[in-house]
Amino acid sequence: MSHVRTRLLTLGLPAAGLLVLLACLPLLAIPLPGVLPGYTYEPGSLQLLALCFLTAALALSYHLLFGLAGLMSFGHALYFAAGIYGLAIVLDRTDVPLLPAAALVLVGGIALAFVVGAVSLRVAGISFAMVTLAFAQAGNVLVRRDQGDLTGGEEGLALATDGVPDALVGVVNTRHLYWLALAVLVAVHLVVLWIERSRAGHMAAAVRENEVRVRIIGGRPYLTKLVVFVLAASLATVVGMAYLLLQSGASPTTSTADFTLTLLVMVVLGGVGSRWGAVVGAVLYTLLDQRLGELAHSAAVAGLPAVLRVPLSEPMFLLGTCFVLVVLFLPGGLAGAAERLAARRGRVPGKVAA
Amino acid sequence: MSGTPVLRVRDLTARIAGQEVVHGVTFDVPASGVTAVLGRNGVGKTSTLRAVLGLIERSGEVELDGVRVDAERTDRIVRRGVGYVPEDREVFAGLTVAENLRLADRGGSGGATPERRALVDALFPDLVARAQQRAGTLSGGQQQMVSLARALLNDNRILLVDEPTKGLAPRIVGEVAEALAAAAQTVPILLVEQNLQVVERLAERVVVIDAGRVVHTGPARELLDDADRVQRLLGVHAERPADETAEPEAAR
Amino acid sequence: MSTLVLLLATGLGLGGLYFLVASGLSLIYGLMGVLNFAHGSFLTLGAFVGLAAGNAVGAGTWGGLLLGLAVGALTGAAAAAATELGLIRPLYQRHIEQVLVTVGLSLATVALFEGIWGPNPRPVTRTAWLGSTTEVLGARVPNTAFLNVLAAAAVLCGIVAFLRYTRYGLIIRAGVENRAMVTALGIDVRRAFTLVFAVGGAAAGLGGVLATQSLNYVSPHLGASLLIFAFIVTVIGGMGSLTGAAVASVVVAVLQQLANFYLDNTGDLIVVLLLALVLLVRPSGLMGRPA
Repeated sequence: MSHVRTRLLTLGLPAAGLLVLLACLPLLAIPLPGVLPGYTYEPGSLQLLALCFLTAALALSYHLLFGLAGLMSFGHALYFAAGIYGLAIVLDRTDVPLLPAAALVLVGGIALAFVVGAVSLRVAGISFAMVTLAFAQAGNVLVRRDQGDLTGGEEGLALATDGVPDALVGVVNTRHLYWLALAVLVAVHLVVLWIERSRAGHMAAAVRENEVRVRIIGGRPYLTKLVVFVLAASLATVVGMAYLLLQSGASPTTSTADFTLTLLVMVVLGGVGSRWGAVVGAVLYTLLDQRLGELAHSAAVAGLPAVLRVPLSEPMFLLGTCFVLVVLFLPGGLAGAAERLAARRGRVPGKVAA
Repeated sequence: MSGTPVLRVRDLTARIAGQEVVHGVTFDVPASGVTAVLGRNGVGKTSTLRAVLGLIERSGEVELDGVRVDAERTDRIVRRGVGYVPEDREVFAGLTVAENLRLADRGGSGGATPERRALVDALFPDLVARAQQRAGTLSGGQQQMVSLARALLNDNRILLVDEPTKGLAPRIVGEVAEALAAAAQTVPILLVEQNLQVVERLAERVVVIDAGRVVHTGPARELLDDADRVQRLLGVHAERPADETAEPEAAR
Repeated sequence: MSTLVLLLATGLGLGGLYFLVASGLSLIYGLMGVLNFAHGSFLTLGAFVGLAAGNAVGAGTWGGLLLGLAVGALTGAAAAAATELGLIRPLYQRHIEQVLVTVGLSLATVALFEGIWGPNPRPVTRTAWLGSTTEVLGARVPNTAFLNVLAAAAVLCGIVAFLRYTRYGLIIRAGVENRAMVTALGIDVRRAFTLVFAVGGAAAGLGGVLATQSLNYVSPHLGASLLIFAFIVTVIGGMGSLTGAAVASVVVAVLQQLANFYLDNTGDLIVVLLLALVLLVRPSGLMGRPA
């Protein structure tokens, strides 16, 4: 239909422009004071931006679960951590090169998601949330216990670089990792888009709205949810592997329940059900987390009386409070607010093109 | 008709899970006697009652004793003097009969005074004997007695009674109708009922709903005597014996 | 034999702590359909404030401990009631948003506690008796286990009596079954919501102070670490069932202790496996009503 094409054009052109700009950033010297630590080509800036991209990709995979299928999982970090630790361990313990190793870990992640999903999806709603949390906690326990010296316990595990191409190792190659992160984000975005528009995606949205009705028309809600669960988990595993390369190490914090909760925070901040909301929420969250951390250690804060200094020196307190306020007063998150703003200006509220 | 209506409903619309199920119904319930709400299955009779109480999302005007209550919470509306006997009884299965009644007692002068308690005991002697029994273990008829007793314990301006004879054995249907007839002496009743014999016995007026709209109001006699009209509006024959459709009592 | 006795006794003690957290979670979920992620924060806050009050009277004395327990319970109750009134009630009936708000609150409060009391565990001063053991059938059982079991039993009896013999208890029991019908009887069920939050918060606050006595430290993460097992207990016991929570608390904690000793420290994993098993066999939990 023609209006879809115009919509694609109006949306697609700025998106393509943004993508080209982002791809060129490592070659440009743009200062973004207050956002980036230095010029855009500097490794510190590129590292932060790449972290934003990967977090956004992870948030997109969570959006698939929560936004599309309405599955509130508190254990999504498990598959992210499976990607990180899986690849780290394979590279550490074997001589398998990066790509076959990644394929192996992906298969493992899918198998893990299939088993956990098949069990967890026997319950719904709040129980599902708790059960996924319990499984993720088991993962966290395994990682911290350091069975057979595999995971490095609390210390984490450094990336064994033997099997990794030289172009992806070291600070001098940060721009390559930046491009890799950008590619992962674009790829995950396209996959999510594709799933949303596929038959399975429509079915998942229908299950979210009314599971009984789906069953009446002959759909299979359990299977649909399991498919989405496994897809979202596989994407998280892929993002986790890229994350390992970027951070050149695995840390147990990525397997905690709190880490999944921060994903939830990002998706809700951006607006549940909106792809762009998930991306914007994740980028904003990552940048805020970084900047608030620096604010916490700044001299300005240190000079304040304790009543102000203590809350201001805890980024998570500020983010958590923001989150509570958004849930209470900004339904639909940033995407919802943008939509209302657009509607007030007299435009038709932009809906996700189906 | 005696004076001003106790319940005025104007253009009431109700939604369940975002879907409109009642599309602007308008009717009055006079201050005495039984007004029956009739209609085929699934036309929105129960939803109309639930919308009056604010149990489901609604818009439109609801006036109780001349006071607008459509913006109030359910518990406030009920405390103004509305007794609700829901479809399928909805007794608290894990609570004893006595606890079900104690919970329903709204307290104060509008609550269970000794006289009202005595009246309820006289109406349902079975419940006195089974006071310590869990409501979930009662038969369908006994559960219906509990549900009715919960409403009759309090001083109400109106009773909303939803399909009280549904699924009951014919003998029990008679007992329930008797209890309702006794209650109707003191309080006006808005009654949803499928059993036309019960309607014939109790109701003075009828409101017929079809597809979420009021399609007929008038004296009960006039409608029930017109077999063609009954057939057209309700899809049943007025002569049809009630127990033919009744499920065995043990079904619930 | 003495090892087994010791494991069972410490398991019961740990189960007591789980129950103190899970009872509130289960009640709140049963009545309101809210999964309260901030429950761990009520526990942590109760622990810190309770200990501070106890220390003000005398660290390591019985008077200090009793005051600490009372203040901890009151603090938990107050924090929980304030949460219900300020954050949960405005989102009436919107269960997902209610969960999200408690998630945000838990993240924010743990960070705030870290800011106020520092991120690391701090040692506590116990009474001499609580720091020592008592011999039972040849096993040297830590005295904290007795205290935990006693407190959990008292709370269980208290909540059961409250539910059985008070009007609010009646409202709560009825509300767990059919909340809409309770309002249709003219009862403002929201007051019961605040009350179950307060009761749950009190149990958690009490559990917080007790946990510091068992663990011999207090930390901002005290609540979070107990909360996850309390979640597991709640699901295994059946969401909304108090007796289910009590039984599951004991089963989970004892199993955890046994596995930690006999199966190479695998208690946490065994518990998750038990959860998976229960879900496969009985998705509604041990004592939950079938969905």
